[in-house]
Amino acid sequence: MATTALDQRAHAASHAEPTGLWSWITTVDHKRIGILYGSTAFLFFLMGGIEALMLRIQLGTPNNTFLAPETYNQLFTMHGTTMIFLAIMPISAAFFNFMIPLQIGARDVAFPRLNAFSYWVFLAGGLFLNSSFLFGAAPDQGWFGYANLTSRQYSPGLNVDFWMLGLQILGVASLAAAVNFFVTIVNLRAPGMKLMRMPMFTWMSFITQVLLLLAFPVITVALILLMFDRFFGTHFFVPSGGGDPLLWQHMFWIFGHPEVYILILPAFGVVSEILPVFSRKPLFGYAAMVFSGVFIAFLGFGVWAHHMFATGMGPLPDTFFSLATMLIAIPTGVKIFNWLGTAWGGSLQFKTPMYFALAFIAMFIIGGLSGVMHASPPADLQQTDTYFVVAHFHYVMFGGSIFGLTAGAYYWWPKMFGRLLDEGLGKVHFWLMLIGFNLTFFPMHILGLNGMPRRVYTYPEVLGFETLNRIETVGSFILAFSFLIFLINIIKTWRGPRNAPADPWNGATLEWAIPSPPQEWNFAQIPAVHGRDTLWEEKRARGGKLPEPPRVSGQGIHLPNPSYWPLVSALGLLGLMVGVILEPHIGPWGIITGGVILLFGVFNWAFEPAG
Amino acid sequence: MSDHAAAAHPETATGLDSRKLAIWTFIGSECLFFATLISNYLVHKETWLSGPGPFPHEVWKSPAGQVFEPIIEIPLVTLGTAVLLFSSLFVVLALASAQRGNRRGLLTWLAATLLCGFFFVGMQVYEFTHFVHKGLTLKTNLFGASFFVLTGFHGTHVTIGVIWLLTLWILALRGKLPAEKSLNLEIAALYWHFVDVVWVVIFPVVYLIK
Amino acid sequence: MDAHGSQPAAAEHAHPSSGLYVKIGLVLFVLTALEVGLYEFTYGEHSGATGHALQPFFVPLLLALSAAKFALVAMFYMHLKQDSRLFSGVFVFPLIIATVVILALIALEAYHFAFARGG
Repeated sequence: MATTALDQRAHAASHAEPTGLWSWITTVDHKRIGILYGSTAFLFFLMGGIEALMLRIQLGTPNNTFLAPETYNQLFTMHGTTMIFLAIMPISAAFFNFMIPLQIGARDVAFPRLNAFSYWVFLAGGLFLNSSFLFGAAPDQGWFGYANLTSRQYSPGLNVDFWMLGLQILGVASLAAAVNFFVTIVNLRAPGMKLMRMPMFTWMSFITQVLLLLAFPVITVALILLMFDRFFGTHFFVPSGGGDPLLWQHMFWIFGHPEVYILILPAFGVVSEILPVFSRKPLFGYAAMVFSGVFIAFLGFGVWAHHMFATGMGPLPDTFFSLATMLIAIPTGVKIFNWLGTAWGGSLQFKTPMYFALAFIAMFIIGGLSGVMHASPPADLQQTDTYFVVAHFHYVMFGGSIFGLTAGAYYWWPKMFGRLLDEGLGKVHFWLMLIGFNLTFFPMHILGLNGMPRRVYTYPEVLGFETLNRIETVGSFILAFSFLIFLINIIKTWRGPRNAPADPWNGATLEWAIPSPPQEWNFAQIPAVHGRDTLWEEKRARGGKLPEPPRVSGQGIHLPNPSYWPLVSALGLLGLMVGVILEPHIGPWGIITGGVILLFGVFNWAFEPAG
Repeated sequence: MSDHAAAAHPETATGLDSRKLAIWTFIGSECLFFATLISNYLVHKETWLSGPGPFPHEVWKSPAGQVFEPIIEIPLVTLGTAVLLFSSLFVVLALASAQRGNRRGLLTWLAATLLCGFFFVGMQVYEFTHFVHKGLTLKTNLFGASFFVLTGFHGTHVTIGVIWLLTLWILALRGKLPAEKSLNLEIAALYWHFVDVVWVVIFPVVYLIK
Repeated sequence: MDAHGSQPAAAEHAHPSSGLYVKIGLVLFVLTALEVGLYEFTYGEHSGATGHALQPFFVPLLLALSAAKFALVAMFYMHLKQDSRLFSGVFVFPLIIATVVILALIALEAYHFAFARGG
């Protein structure tokens, strides 16, 4: 059987990839870093999910006392913060890491050690944020941290400090990664891989990096100003000192709106890869997909105050932002029509990735429609701060991003791990997730329009909210159960043989041209690219299928050396922030120690031979 | 092909060095950082209308009858601005020397750059202390808070630049900055020029516009 | 061997001479002096009637002078004029977004304060 022969050849020819904890701590290999991101993010996702289940238990019954109001506030803040910063973004990062170099025909990213640094800083940020639970002071001000609830006066505890500093740590990780992937995509493409020949996942990821680079500095400054308010007694957002809480909202949403495109564009990219492969048809309207993505990103900087229609900005700003928001629906609509156009007339392969990709389209349409409804200020005045908004963003972020990224997980699992996830379990996961998701979030549209406010820890019986809330709670447990099925699938697959072929789906892009999982150096020879859907081109030229790529010895291929300085630097940064939180108890010594370790790490990193 | 040569002549899709592209990308991102700080300053500098003094350009009389003179010293800041601009010239000359393999020129011009950098930071420290003595602190009013945060973060960026250039100067002193490695200086110089260019915006906005 | 450390094939023209750099340095110094001079002329202790008449034009004139300094440093000292246009793009695009953000925040906050007080 081919498997045994392949295994034998693999053992004979391949240079053994290092194993063991140290090799993972010092890795600078984008594939390993991708796996680190993905597994860490998945754990945080499960945490965020448990937080959500607790919220749903509390809300399942009116006047419930399962959670105290303060606990409820901490859980919904951490749920949102976790899902956005510790789950969706790093799962996207996992795919950026693993797939972008493969898709553009490169051996690694432009700056492998910076890549490792980004991961360790992300881990540090996630641990820092969640360590707040140990102090009984988890962030409780909402993921958006509106001023002046966040001022020292109204939030005297450590909660907001953890949130503020934790997000700064995560911002460093995101910025470093964004520089890295931007340069990688611009500079490390294989010969012939022109920009308009790049796979759509790489394109959407490229646009995401630009958004990260431009949006994160804004929230960095906003958090700095908040820090000065809380630690040094300034009044940037404090009305009694002349400050304006609305300035926080502007700054936050100038970041926050591009942030939601950061959250969705990678999923757009994933789905734009899966639909063509599983329809056996090229993506409909490639150029339109690229330009609509660029347009969405650019315009995304002009719509932020649609989160502020109820703050009394005045008719002129309201009108401007309303029009801009409606305008942004157009390029999004273009994408949806192009996805449908891709599937239309195709030879549809109903495998698990395709199920999730098709559901993505349906769920995202629903989320997009409720979004367009928000675009009208008078309508939004009724919808804002109600469960209607909660429905909207869960449809786009879960129905959109999570469904899309789950599709990506099933699609790319064989490439990353050399094993195909079980189709049967995959379909069970899918149906339970689809049903659970819709049961949980669809009724929220109705509850919202009937007046149930968001961010409330309970509600009285007379308002008639209980039936739908109970249905939502049941739905959330079905949703949770679906992820249990996913876990079982992962474990079952892990125990099985590592026998996935290089190209199980008949893919169009370069990652399918190399063994599953790839060898350390990715490509034995850097490929030459002759067109879009480059692998389909090659298969056509060679008359159908390609032979299974052999595992080779990798002699003569030079790879960057592993390094622990990225980890040391990340620990220094973490130490610095821990020092800030503990400053009332230990004075400046934590900050100084952290700073010294950071400098030590960075200097050694700079002078280490890159290899 | 040696590692150094490979690093100096990367085969990239654009033909451009990845590290140079990286510093430009970072600079692009920093534009948004300073834009937000500058916006914050512009929004808040007006609120002194209701707050306590002292103020930059105006004479102000407190409710208690105390008279505060305007506290900025335009001559000193102008000198600092000029010094920072000249430091950009010096670092460009240092880079040109480095690219030609002229070690003496590199050391001289880079030292000149560093002296300018030290002077600028010193001027800022003096200015901050002077303001505090005159009664303007972070907490006094929003003008003070916004001023110190904006110029303070700019000053921090200058300090980081000084440390970076100083490291390169020490390397050059030990003969470890030959022409093939001049890109290292070019990247640091780009960061330095950016910090200068941010000051080109801050100087009129903060010091000359009332 | 190209001492700049980049591919000879890249679109890089000959670098300006040291003399040109020094001349630009002097121009920058003069522009700075003009900025301060404009301030003194318009708002200074010894400003006269002409100076006061100039006040509505002060900010645009001042910003034009600093824009000129900005452009000179960017184009010549940072080599954008000679280097690949990709670098200019990577710098200018964020600058545009940055300008939009500054103008938007000023406008919104001014409108907010006016609207809030005016009712």
